[in-house]
Amino acid sequence: MDELAYATEKEGMMKKLRINKIIRNYTTYAVILAVYVIVNWMIQRGSISSLFQGLLIPLCIYAVLAASLNLTVGILGELSLGHAGFMCVGAFSGAFFTQVTQQIFTNGYLRFFLAILFGVFFAGVAGLLIGIPVLRLRGDYLAIVTLAFGEIIKNLVNVLYIGKDSRGLHISLKSSIDLGLEADGKVIINGAMGITGTPKDSTFFISILLLFVTVLVIQNFIHSRAGRAVMAIRDNRIAAESIGLNITKYKLLAFSISAAFAGAAGVLYAHNLATLTATGKNFGYNMSIMILVFVVLGGIGNIQGSMIAAIILTLLPELLRNVSPFVSENRMLFYALVLIFMMLFGQSPKAIQFRKKYFTLSTYLKEKPKKEV
Amino acid sequence: MSFLSYFINGISLGSVYAIIALGYTMVYGIAKMLNFAHGDVIMVGGYVIFQLVFALGVHPFIGILIAVIACTVLGVTIERLAYRPLRMAAPLAVLITAIGVSYLLQNLALLIFTSNPKSFQSLINVPALKLADGALVISGETMVTIVVGIVIVVVLSYFIRNTKSGRAMLAVSEDKGAAQLMGVNVNGTIAFTFAIGSALAAIGSVLLCSAYPTLTPQTGAMPGIKAFVAAVFGGIGSIPGAMLGGILLGVIENLSKAYISSQMADAIVFGVLILVLLVKPTGILGKKIQEKV
Amino acid sequence: MALLEVKNLGISFGGLRAVNNFNIQIQEGELYGLIGPNGAGKTTLFNLLTGVYKPGEGSIFLDGKNITSYKTIDVNKAGIARTFQNIRLFKQLSVLDNVKVGLHNQYHYSTLEGIFRLPRYFQIEKQMNEKAMELLKVFNLDGYSHYKASNLPYGQQRKLEIARALATNPKLLLLDEPAAGMNPNETAELMETIQFVQKEFHMTILLIEHDMKLVAGICEKLTVLNFGEVLISGKTSDVLNDPKVITAYLGE
Repeated sequence: MDELAYATEKEGMMKKLRINKIIRNYTTYAVILAVYVIVNWMIQRGSISSLFQGLLIPLCIYAVLAASLNLTVGILGELSLGHAGFMCVGAFSGAFFTQVTQQIFTNGYLRFFLAILFGVFFAGVAGLLIGIPVLRLRGDYLAIVTLAFGEIIKNLVNVLYIGKDSRGLHISLKSSIDLGLEADGKVIINGAMGITGTPKDSTFFISILLLFVTVLVIQNFIHSRAGRAVMAIRDNRIAAESIGLNITKYKLLAFSISAAFAGAAGVLYAHNLATLTATGKNFGYNMSIMILVFVVLGGIGNIQGSMIAAIILTLLPELLRNVSPFVSENRMLFYALVLIFMMLFGQSPKAIQFRKKYFTLSTYLKEKPKKEV
Repeated sequence: MSFLSYFINGISLGSVYAIIALGYTMVYGIAKMLNFAHGDVIMVGGYVIFQLVFALGVHPFIGILIAVIACTVLGVTIERLAYRPLRMAAPLAVLITAIGVSYLLQNLALLIFTSNPKSFQSLINVPALKLADGALVISGETMVTIVVGIVIVVVLSYFIRNTKSGRAMLAVSEDKGAAQLMGVNVNGTIAFTFAIGSALAAIGSVLLCSAYPTLTPQTGAMPGIKAFVAAVFGGIGSIPGAMLGGILLGVIENLSKAYISSQMADAIVFGVLILVLLVKPTGILGKKIQEKV
Repeated sequence: MALLEVKNLGISFGGLRAVNNFNIQIQEGELYGLIGPNGAGKTTLFNLLTGVYKPGEGSIFLDGKNITSYKTIDVNKAGIARTFQNIRLFKQLSVLDNVKVGLHNQYHYSTLEGIFRLPRYFQIEKQMNEKAMELLKVFNLDGYSHYKASNLPYGQQRKLEIARALATNPKLLLLDEPAAGMNPNETAELMETIQFVQKEFHMTILLIEHDMKLVAGICEKLTVLNFGEVLISGKTSDVLNDPKVITAYLGE
């Protein structure tokens, strides 16, 4: 092949790649919009069961959680086992904000928007506080500390009492009586009883909107100067230092953004329920693991994939409820197997070699470069 | 007097953490991985003993022996099937697999034994020691736990320093490649480390279940995590460090339960971990490791 | 004034004296060779210069500024960039992105501008792309810009590492055995490229090699390191004819 033809071929290939990338990014947004339009149309026609309708908001919440955890696991390359903990922080601070400001803001949308910002802020700060001591160290420590954080937050919320009366806010870690409220005072966070009476502000529209924003922010972050720095640090910390990257700054940045979106998902969660309590089921270790399973199954570092996995793994147990009750009742068992097998078959050197040998799904990126003549 | 009694109970709890922490610290030091499933091996040990001793009426000594064997086999099997294929893979992959294994064990136990707690009677038949006219009572479990903890640390330290397999472990922990070149069987040594760690987990389960007599599929999870905290606290990779960290952690936990808040005790323990990581990331007795460039 | 001046530098690891009383002066624009047998302490010296290790004693001056106690990232900001003996690329990133990360500290827009794709994002990204492609062209890597870095052939990976180091706009470039693992043709081509970089960018380069023949061809000056100490320094031709050097390499 003469050089000119080779050069044009290269040029064409690069163009194709760039176009592929753009299409792939915009497809995600288009699909989210399309899903919203179609589902809405189906709801109006009445062709969606109430069970499925009830799942719409949780599906968005899980997708947001999966996408945001993938920022930590896939892009930053660190393992967090406390994603549900950040969700918990967001849920309680967001619901608290709504309860306190219910009289001030009469516009529900504005109030909910501010509640989300409030939850995002607190979850982000929690991420920052956890990240500062731990992100300097090896990855395993982050896993343990975030796990611990998740449990602590859950326990803390269960002994937290906050009430409001004409004199202002009162906080106690003992009991609601201990708050010493006036007769007309109102207990907002009631220890293990949690927060009750939060208005049901979460709608499918807002959930889809949040999902859209999450994908937008995370995708754009990854493809920006800061995101490149984060991935460079993930790939080789020593080299990243040698070219002058501030390791701690970028690790903290990515981790806090990830925590902040978990917080946003939490606010959504809190405003989808009449009563918000912190239990092992919603904000505990099991939840964090479930989000991790979404990430691992969807592809570590693949934001779209993890959202799809979140949706499939949430729908599947519901669909299988009648077909195979065993599977839907013991889904945690299968989650464990997913984690193990995805790693053994996806990451072990032997498996990678095997795949290369027998299933060469050679994309442009993986193709061996041609020798120049 | 009550302070002293809390303190001694803290040492006892700490000894259990220490025994579990030894398993973490050895595996971490030698295979350079956090074996998340270690805590759940304890739980499995607990169920084995429960089934044998309380359901089938086997003599406790034989029950413990079988549990030790069962845990050892389990630990080595996990290493062989789940961790060894990933030895050259990214650390994240190994960590996720370990979490998967931990979760699998918990959920298998849930499937087999359900979530109903099994009540475990103490296997330790040592009379309590009454001091100062009964004002200070030290239970038999407490004494046995402390003694067993000390014996294990002494024996293990001797074993590592003075036997061929112990020195092989040291060599592998320093440099796997070089150890291999010097004729050390690296895979065998790592498997052996898992065997010792898991056997210790079985002993830990006897002591843990004797002191806290309810057994559920989650029994091993929290003590497992705390034992890891203890290992980090004392300096991961160091055997005396694990003992020291375990005991300190046990004492801190018991004293904060007694004097601050029982619900906040766990939070305080983890707060201590974060503090230690801030001040001295290598732990009390840990040594600094220079990354090779 | 010399661009790099190192005085009495030394470090010990435990009982091992890895580098002892090391002195060197490199003038601006020089292509300087640091040679010595394996284990002589060459890479340790690079790690000392770039703040990876803290020196036990001695001082390092870059352009008259004392950078002895600088951290790695500050050393880079002060103007020293390096490559590694065992290649350290950002493997999952594209070839282009590897260079763009190198440009990180010269092209600025805020994280928010990046997330919300404000005009400055597009403007700066375009400049970065152009600059990065320009650098890749120097190393004949422009055709591979969208390959994943780990999928490049070995020789190209070495070149990419140099391109990335150059992207940080250094005053001094440290190359740690850039020709290691290359075949003779690739090596010859690389040496030409290094000379080209020296001339085109007016770059000062300190090059480690243990193969003397390679260095002799392109370096103006040499320092020979043996057992952590300077055996001899000076003009290439003088150094190579020195009996001490021959002894160090071939034994008595």
